[in-house]
Amino acid sequence: MRIVAGSVLPPLTIELTPTVVISTALATRDFTPVHHDPAIAKAQGSKEIFLNILTTMGLVERYVSDWAGPDAVFRGIKVKLGVPAYAGDTLTFSGKVATVEENEAVVEVTGAVSLGPHVTASAVIMQRG
Amino acid sequence: MTELRDHLMALADKAVAAGDGPRHAAPHPVNAVMISHWTEAMGDRNPAYTGPDAVAPPAMIQVWSMEGLSRDPAKEFRRPMDDVFDALDEAGYTGVVATNCEHTYHRYLSMGEELTSSTRMLDMVGPKRTALGEGYFVTWNVTWFSGDEPVAEMMFRLLKFQPLRPVEKAKREPYPLRPAVNDDTRFFWDGVQAGELRIQKCGGCGELRHPPGPVCPSCRSAERTHVVASGTGTVYSYVVHHHPPVPGQETPFVVAVVELPEGVRMVGNIVQCPIGEVYVGMPVRVTYQEMDDELTLPMWAPIPEEA
Repeated sequence: MRIVAGSVLPPLTIELTPTVVISTALATRDFTPVHHDPAIAKAQGSKEIFLNILTTMGLVERYVSDWAGPDAVFRGIKVKLGVPAYAGDTLTFSGKVATVEENEAVVEVTGAVSLGPHVTASAVIMQRG
Repeated sequence: MTELRDHLMALADKAVAAGDGPRHAAPHPVNAVMISHWTEAMGDRNPAYTGPDAVAPPAMIQVWSMEGLSRDPAKEFRRPMDDVFDALDEAGYTGVVATNCEHTYHRYLSMGEELTSSTRMLDMVGPKRTALGEGYFVTWNVTWFSGDEPVAEMMFRLLKFQPLRPVEKAKREPYPLRPAVNDDTRFFWDGVQAGELRIQKCGGCGELRHPPGPVCPSCRSAERTHVVASGTGTVYSYVVHHHPPVPGQETPFVVAVVELPEGVRMVGNIVQCPIGEVYVGMPVRVTYQEMDDELTLPMWAPIPEEA
């Protein structure tokens, strides 16, 4: 696939069920209780258990690679964190290609939940080969 | 204040000057099982991560060095910035929120690669006023190595802040009686949450009515809107409830019909007033009573007589 500046990525919606929050926390080996234990999360002032950062990084990668395909090689992902992504909320990714130089593209991504932007990211990808 | 800042900054400068911390071995080599757990949980179907020539998802880099559940306190290691974090905690900057995470991938990893990682503190900035409270931004870098080859980097920044409010809040027992909220009454309860006493208004003829309903009894219009009441009224009638017991309420208590200057009447408890002093015609003002962590009910308290 040829990547051109201005291309818009199709949105991706992820229902943040407790199963999603907990299975991703454990798959990233993050056993901090606020990512799997609602009572502890609430006692610490959170509304619910919430996504861990390693998962936010993973979901940004997945969102861009779902669109770019297996030939895209990631050079880096920069993430600015916003509001927490609580279980029970919906995370919706949107994105567009900001720049393309030679065979390197910068893709800007936003992941929003009901409270506002959870993540503002940019990924640098290259075409393999 | 500046003394504390100087102390914290000196610790930060020392941690930055210490440079790279020791290298720590990842508990497991890069492996297909952990990758499949990760791709399954993320919903990532990229074929590059399966099969004989599989590579690891690059965003997994930090996963390889996570210590896991059975972390051995004897093997706990201190990172260069941990002294700074301890001092910030001691000074009341106990809140923590991550703000930035940046990965750089030098190359993709293959199955069986054994990784080590090393951390160095980059800087500390502050104190800054933030929406969460005053705090310091601490930034560090982690480098991952395969053998002696750096394969990935991570820049991580977090805010250590003095919470504006204590984070721990005692949970209250839920109040057992909940109002029945439906499409006709939701505006009223939303108003209570917002600290407004709302009265339904016919969208056709403009007549005010309470309790809320779907159709105007005067003109039969189903159009409705609302106005915000001034919040005052007078006791039109009342009862003192002694028996039977009501869940969540201590008897006796007073339930009144309050007449509003806007022309409608509302039913509500009279509070902040000895029972014997309630009388018909008593001027009252609405007061919002938090029944538990979620439910607020409008009740009525006497307006003190002007001296």
